[in-house]
Amino acid sequence: MASRRQIAAMKQSLFDQDYLDEQFIQLEELQDDANPNFVEEIVTLYYRDSSRLVSNIEQALERNPLEFNRLDSLMHQFKGSSSSIGAKKVKAECTLFREYCRAGNAEGCKRSFQQLKREYATLRKKLEAYFQQARQAGPFEAARRSK
Amino acid sequence: MTIAGDVFRLNLPQVLDDSPSCSQDFHVLAVDDSHVDRKVIERLLKISSCKVTVVDSGTRALQYLGLDGEQNSIGFNSAKVNLIMTDYSMPGMTGYELLKKIKQESSMFREIPVVIMSSENILTRIDRCLEEGAEEFLLKPVKLSDVKRLTDFIMKGETKGKEKRSHKRRRSDDQSSSPSTLPLSKSHPSLSPSSLSSKRSRLQADFD
Repeated sequence: MASRRQIAAMKQSLFDQDYLDEQFIQLEELQDDANPNFVEEIVTLYYRDSSRLVSNIEQALERNPLEFNRLDSLMHQFKGSSSSIGAKKVKAECTLFREYCRAGNAEGCKRSFQQLKREYATLRKKLEAYFQQARQAGPFEAARRSK
Repeated sequence: MTIAGDVFRLNLPQVLDDSPSCSQDFHVLAVDDSHVDRKVIERLLKISSCKVTVVDSGTRALQYLGLDGEQNSIGFNSAKVNLIMTDYSMPGMTGYELLKKIKQESSMFREIPVVIMSSENILTRIDRCLEEGAEEFLLKPVKLSDVKRLTDFIMKGETKGKEKRSHKRRRSDDQSSSPSTLPLSKSHPSLSPSSLSSKRSRLQADFD
């Protein structure tokens, strides 16, 4: 079992490597004794909900020609949720994708989406590992809120 | 003759720090099509000790309020709503359209403050919402400090026309942004002349 220091280091590296941004910290601030796993719940919900969006985008990218407006709209939603959990790299890829949409650049969209899926999957693995360790170590983070 | 700014400075109480913003009687209706965002806003509001109802569309919001034109007990079956917070971009009815519908109502529903939330910082969009009567425009992701500031502000009954926070939130020094800033101040240059002059006249009326 990882020590608290190792867990803190795990988390810090997620920030240092830009996987996560300030919003993740905002979500952690919302945890308390009664809701010690709020962030994990939100992240789980995010992955569950967004998987549908990902497959919709995937299907849309197989059409010929591409419907850029629709793609942009789907990606807007995906970017929104990604932003809400503090998924920094994923969000950046979403922005890039939308730029390609607006430029009508099909190849750019497809390339960007592949990269996005990689970031999305990597983040998931890292967060799962982090939450698992954090849960085992006990509700240390939960004690942050004095309420 | 006192200047309006001085009066504001004297009257505003201390901003409370970590304490809950609302009594449990303060009921917020939150509207967002994103499940993740609904969960987050619900949590933000509960931590601020508000009573929360969350719905996933403008249509459902109107139904909840009893404004959907259906044979209904005109909103009596829903607990009185003190604030509506709605996402801007939603399929079907946008937050802007919901805002318009509410502000077009006669009677008490028009008085409910409506706050728009959006991930996109588009000035024309912000202006349009404010002109249509939105209380505030919040950039997503919405933070706890946004919710606390907002609910404090509304709880004190200082809605529309007394204090207009600009949409330039996101500053680390936002906590200290002066409460004595007048709504007419140059900090909000994007407001149309017509809404500025109506605010101006309301402000004058308050001090006559």
